[in-house]
Amino acid sequence: MSSRERILGRVRRALADVPADEVPYERAVAREYAREHGRRSVAETVDLLAENLADYRAIVHRCADGELPGLLARLLAAHGSRNVVVPPGLPPGWLEGAGAEIVHDRAADTPQELDRVDSVVTGCAVAVAETGTIVLDGSPDQGRRRITLVPDHHICVVRVPDQVVGAVPQALGRLDPARPLTWISGPSATSDIELDRVEGVHGPRTLEVVLAGGGQDGRTAS
Amino acid sequence: MSGTYLGMPAFPEAARKAVGDSTLRGNLRHATHTIRDKRARAVAELDDWAALREAGKQIKDHTLRHLDRYLVQVEEAVTAAGGTVHWAADADEANEIVARLVEEAGGGDSAEHEVVKVKSMATQEIALNEALEARGVHAYETDLAELIVQLGRDRPSHILVPAIHRNRGEIRDIFRSEMSEWGRPAPENLTDTPAELAEAARLHLREKFLRARVGISGANFVVAETGTLVVVESEGNGRMCLTLPETLISVVGIEKIVPRWQDLEVFLQTLPRSSTAERMNPYTSMWTGTTDEDGPRTFHLVLLDNGRTDTLADEVGRQALRCIRCSACLNVCPVYERAGGHAYGSVYPGPIGAILSPQLRGTGSDVDASLPYASSLCGACYEVCPVAIDIPEVLVHLRERVVQGGPAVRHGNRVVLRPAKGHAAERAAMRAAQWAFTHPGVLRTGQRLASRTRRLHPRTLPGPGRAWSGSRDLPPVPAEPFRDWWQRTHGGKDGSE
Repeated sequence: MSSRERILGRVRRALADVPADEVPYERAVAREYAREHGRRSVAETVDLLAENLADYRAIVHRCADGELPGLLARLLAAHGSRNVVVPPGLPPGWLEGAGAEIVHDRAADTPQELDRVDSVVTGCAVAVAETGTIVLDGSPDQGRRRITLVPDHHICVVRVPDQVVGAVPQALGRLDPARPLTWISGPSATSDIELDRVEGVHGPRTLEVVLAGGGQDGRTAS
Repeated sequence: MSGTYLGMPAFPEAARKAVGDSTLRGNLRHATHTIRDKRARAVAELDDWAALREAGKQIKDHTLRHLDRYLVQVEEAVTAAGGTVHWAADADEANEIVARLVEEAGGGDSAEHEVVKVKSMATQEIALNEALEARGVHAYETDLAELIVQLGRDRPSHILVPAIHRNRGEIRDIFRSEMSEWGRPAPENLTDTPAELAEAARLHLREKFLRARVGISGANFVVAETGTLVVVESEGNGRMCLTLPETLISVVGIEKIVPRWQDLEVFLQTLPRSSTAERMNPYTSMWTGTTDEDGPRTFHLVLLDNGRTDTLADEVGRQALRCIRCSACLNVCPVYERAGGHAYGSVYPGPIGAILSPQLRGTGSDVDASLPYASSLCGACYEVCPVAIDIPEVLVHLRERVVQGGPAVRHGNRVVLRPAKGHAAERAAMRAAQWAFTHPGVLRTGQRLASRTRRLHPRTLPGPGRAWSGSRDLPPVPAEPFRDWWQRTHGGKDGSE
């Protein structure tokens, strides 16, 4: 007997007490929890995202669409980045005027080569206000998972308010499980020393999130 | 379960040693109290916590009650997404499968026989690292706390933070003396500030991540309908192991399944708040099979039984399989806080360990038979559990099994357990009590005798009762039995009292 058959047989014998007509999944789970906690306007949801990102030590910036290239150039310069890796579908123009050398991500590059790159700039798939989370799904403006992992400095652009949702249930509804997903809430951190949170272990130690769109200073009209 | 813990002393002996270690008690007290208050605040932010907890319980219960169906669904979905599914009935089989896969991925070149590991309870449970070492494969733990344990040739003492028993000074000393043995040495002049210690770990492990060809992980969740695996972490070591190597092997207990994608909306809210007291942990990775040019080209899922189906066969005890390994129950437990994790003799310490280990491994060894007693039954663990496991209920159920024996399932076979040896006096006392309570005349005579001789009663029990009264006061016997007082005074109504 294969282990597969052995395990499935053990499971079936263990569940002999379960009636054949037990309530189906649809009625077994009472989803009485909230889709979102509290009522917020669109602008308040974006504000909450900014607040919670900052609470977990992401550096948050806001700008209007037209100001994005200038802001990205300034952020890369301020970080002292000599080079920056970009995913294949980063909107052309975002890094116009950036002083750093642009490195295009190629499948053939080794992790060691990526380790010599200072920064990475990407878009995102969705952002979650209540938890201060950005989610990447490997779309062309986000690229392969490794490019947002090995460089020490990640700048992620969130298009507001379109890409922002209030809570986790809404984010899952927008995502495609078939794609590789990375949920990011602040820079790399650990609680392993005396259960106290310290930022900065293996992932990017600096996470900058740019909330782009809306009015002149990036504020969204209520 | 793991051979590492064979011959462990029973909980009381191990705990007695631990409570005498003032450094250990100080470290545990500091860490558990820090996280306790933070968890309470993180949970209080969600006004629907009770509904989330109930939904989490219902999802897990439903899955467990139809586990055969969902296991087959996982197999189909993972295979369809480009992964390969393996089934392991016990630890030896799982270790054998993983070792063979590592050797195949390494191409037979012994220099390539090293793997990087994401923290995983399942691989701790089956002692995978030791099994791989015996085959000449070096397994590097990459979670900071696991690294501290591995470098210190130590054992884990907490589910979430295996090195919780170490303070920052001890960690610095371990890094200084041991890192050079395993790879890049600790920086000169390393101090004990947590940020510097984290930096030292970053530098030490980076070369290993960048050259690794095989990664090994567990998973927090497996979604049956999509075949998606989920790993929740903080440091980014998980992302490194899950995306940089060419081959990824995930060893996952069969109880980790949730039916649908939507179910993650419950656990992604309850798990981070319960474990690290965060709104969300820094990194969560989700992957479904393999993706072209992104991440590992080969993905293996090893589904692990190793006592889980035996646990599932127990209608009271199976709720332990709902556990999502958050460790909130450890952090609130007064017994864990004082005894520490090592006393539990298992990779699963604390209240959840006290009900999980004796079910996964059976109650045959001294330590496993003693674990259901490693509790004051205060119920704090039940209160904080995000999937509402009634740990006190299962503890009492397992105590009954230890003392009285009875039917159980071991390795898939129905067995009748014999009553444990050490509990003869307890059984005799209970039989005597049963006889007395069913014979009112005997009870009355006995109570009167006890009252009249009360000045002669010793303060501690003799013989086998000595252990019980070693840490407890005997209750004083009243001058007059209650029933006599009631009959004499009609419950105090005749005014004579």
